[in-house]
Amino acid sequence: MFDLPTVWAGLLALSIFIYVVLDGFDLGIGIVFPFLKSDSDRDVAMNSVAPVWDGNETWLVLGGGGLMAAFPLAYAVVMPALYAPFIIMILALVFRGVAFEYRWRDKAHEKIWDQSFFYGSLIATFCQGIVLGAFVQGIEVDGRAYGGGWWDWFTPFTVTCGVALVAGYALLGTTWLIMKTEGELRDTAYRYAKLSALATLGFVGIVSLWTPLLSPEIAERWFTFPQLMFVLPVPTLTAILAAILGWGLITKKDQVAFPTSIGLFALCFAGLGIGISPYIVPRAITIQEAAAPDSSLLFMLVGALILLPIIIGYTVFTYWVFRGKVDPDAGYH
Amino acid sequence: MFEALDAVLLARIQFAFTVSFHIIFPAFSIGLASYLMVLEGLWLKTENPVYLRLFKYWRKIFAVAFGMGVVSGIVMSYQFGTNWSVFSDKAGPVIGPLMAYEVLTAFFLEAGFLGVMLFGLGRVSNTLHFVSTIMVAFGTLLSATWILSVNSWMQTPAGFGINEVGQFVPENWMEIIFNPSFPYRLVHMVLAAYLTTAFVVGAVGALHLLRNRQNPEARKMFSMAMWMAAIVAPLQVVAGDFHGINTYEHQPVKVMAMEGHYESYPEGAPLYLFGIPNEEEQRLDYAVGIPKLSSLIIKHDLNAPMKGLDTVPDELQPPVPIVFWSFRIMVGIGMLMVLVGFVSLFLRWRRKLYDAPLFHRAAMLMGPSGFVAVLAGWITTEVGRQPYTVYGHLMTSDSIAPVEAPAVAASLIAFIVVYFALFGAGTLYILKMMNKEPGEVRPLPETPTRTAGTTQLAAQRPDVLPAE
Repeated sequence: MFDLPTVWAGLLALSIFIYVVLDGFDLGIGIVFPFLKSDSDRDVAMNSVAPVWDGNETWLVLGGGGLMAAFPLAYAVVMPALYAPFIIMILALVFRGVAFEYRWRDKAHEKIWDQSFFYGSLIATFCQGIVLGAFVQGIEVDGRAYGGGWWDWFTPFTVTCGVALVAGYALLGTTWLIMKTEGELRDTAYRYAKLSALATLGFVGIVSLWTPLLSPEIAERWFTFPQLMFVLPVPTLTAILAAILGWGLITKKDQVAFPTSIGLFALCFAGLGIGISPYIVPRAITIQEAAAPDSSLLFMLVGALILLPIIIGYTVFTYWVFRGKVDPDAGYH
Repeated sequence: MFEALDAVLLARIQFAFTVSFHIIFPAFSIGLASYLMVLEGLWLKTENPVYLRLFKYWRKIFAVAFGMGVVSGIVMSYQFGTNWSVFSDKAGPVIGPLMAYEVLTAFFLEAGFLGVMLFGLGRVSNTLHFVSTIMVAFGTLLSATWILSVNSWMQTPAGFGINEVGQFVPENWMEIIFNPSFPYRLVHMVLAAYLTTAFVVGAVGALHLLRNRQNPEARKMFSMAMWMAAIVAPLQVVAGDFHGINTYEHQPVKVMAMEGHYESYPEGAPLYLFGIPNEEEQRLDYAVGIPKLSSLIIKHDLNAPMKGLDTVPDELQPPVPIVFWSFRIMVGIGMLMVLVGFVSLFLRWRRKLYDAPLFHRAAMLMGPSGFVAVLAGWITTEVGRQPYTVYGHLMTSDSIAPVEAPAVAASLIAFIVVYFALFGAGTLYILKMMNKEPGEVRPLPETPTRTAGTTQLAAQRPDVLPAE
């Protein structure tokens, strides 16, 4: 049977995945924002996510709060270890978050807020990629605290992960725009979706080959028999989805690319899980060691099991209210 | 050693800075969300378009304030880990689940329905839209409930044990959530949020009344705000008194600092109205006080003995001057609020509420008072908890992350620059929106004359009541 720490590790992984997909597409729109052709295209692109973005970002708060609650030791080690990328990420999120309202309030300085939205999204994404990379590459632990240096998070591998995530979020953002918009904006989105799809798949390849080189322990999981049989579906499915994505983008099936891109993210996420488990701070602290006492985990689990379906329910409701292609004239501004 | 002390101080400044900036937005949006709910409800009930116009007017302002609250809140949820990781490791098993519940019950609710509230009018039925507004308002209150439970537990911890690695572990969740100071603190804060919003709304109403006494939206919002001031400000005084008594019971040292009681008073303690706390000499210089009044307020007995800071070792005392002054600022503003409420009742009775420019000016001056009072109140209670993070159990100096001073200093500077620039801009936009006259855009009469103004207005605006 699953014990409470394992269940919570699963729930946290789920919320981080939901965060990555949801905020991924609205951060992605920020990343391609300056490449859109006209101010009205930018208005529509932003309005396509305006009703949902802060719901999307709430999953990040759940990720941080949930980690602190369920695995306080891991939270206490990871945050100081990744001090700079986390601080820069949240500051970047401030820059892009305020832009959603400010750019409508101050037309004279709209360009400034457009820049704020673009750089905020780009830097926040890059930092998230760095965090991911640093996490995979391992964190040095001393007792119950971080034991490494200030710059351990800054390596060729983590920077590659940062760039990879920028490409990935751009893919989510552009395919979202394909699904939600029409006309010139949709055409632009197709063009950049193709570019970001190629870049994303390239980086997935690079990072996948690089990760096993970081540690023999990870290599063993991927390249020895019989484990190989269990993990083989991941690359196979990735290849299949990549093919579907390419077909959707070339034949311009508006509804295909976005779900397929989510599928690709899910597979990468699964691949990551294979490399990391059973650690919560890779190769230093296991899920069991970092877990809060069962009384904490159980108390939260009751709430989570009741509330998460409700949250997912009204989140789906919100998306349903704003379904279909965006009306360029809508908005309360 | 010196290095470590520096990092602690810098981390404290950073937390104080980011949390102070953050609290400004929720203090406003808790009240404003409820106000929007009332406005929309009244519009649906009466079909009076004034309510709908007010709803739309304040909704825009809410959107900006809420956005700033969201992004400054994300900072908070990560700051626990970056600068206070030892605290997070130790207190996480107790306060972490409460914060997780805050996210699950409140943050998602607010954020989920905010989109419908902002963009959904016309897309969904009026009822469903109203439900969304209610959910946003309810979410802000739920959020306040959980986070105040967390804060109160740090002030008056209960229902926990300590395990072999030094973590606080939950033993009784009911005792943790409903810890001794929680109900008082929650009521005090929610009333404070309502008052803050009421005085902002009142100031905006007053501004537009000064420009045009006939503006129906300005009259309506001013009237509603003054009702709030008249009813809630006195309630807040009562709630504050209860909260103070509760603090005396559980954190007497904090009350000693608030009162400036360096010495013990075996036969009734005075209430000091003024004084300069002298930390070196451990005495209150230039003190002006009313004998025995402090004992009367806190113990409801003129001659009740009260202990002073002379019974507390220096290293376990909070910084008295900060606590002493912030407390006086909060109470002073509270009294002014009561006065405004009282004057508004008098003017209303004399049918002069919309016809009192001097009072309108005073109401405008009082516009930001709620924010100042909220900050002063929080400074009183948080600085008064020092030198502990978890009162009586975990010292602040033992809570810090193993980060070095330069790292904390660099991030502190970054926060200061970014917050002042971005939230400064946001505040400017909010002020700009508040400066805009509420209601429909009305073309000015081409040849304004003394008598034509009101009749023309009435002709263009059937909902406008004739002038008195």
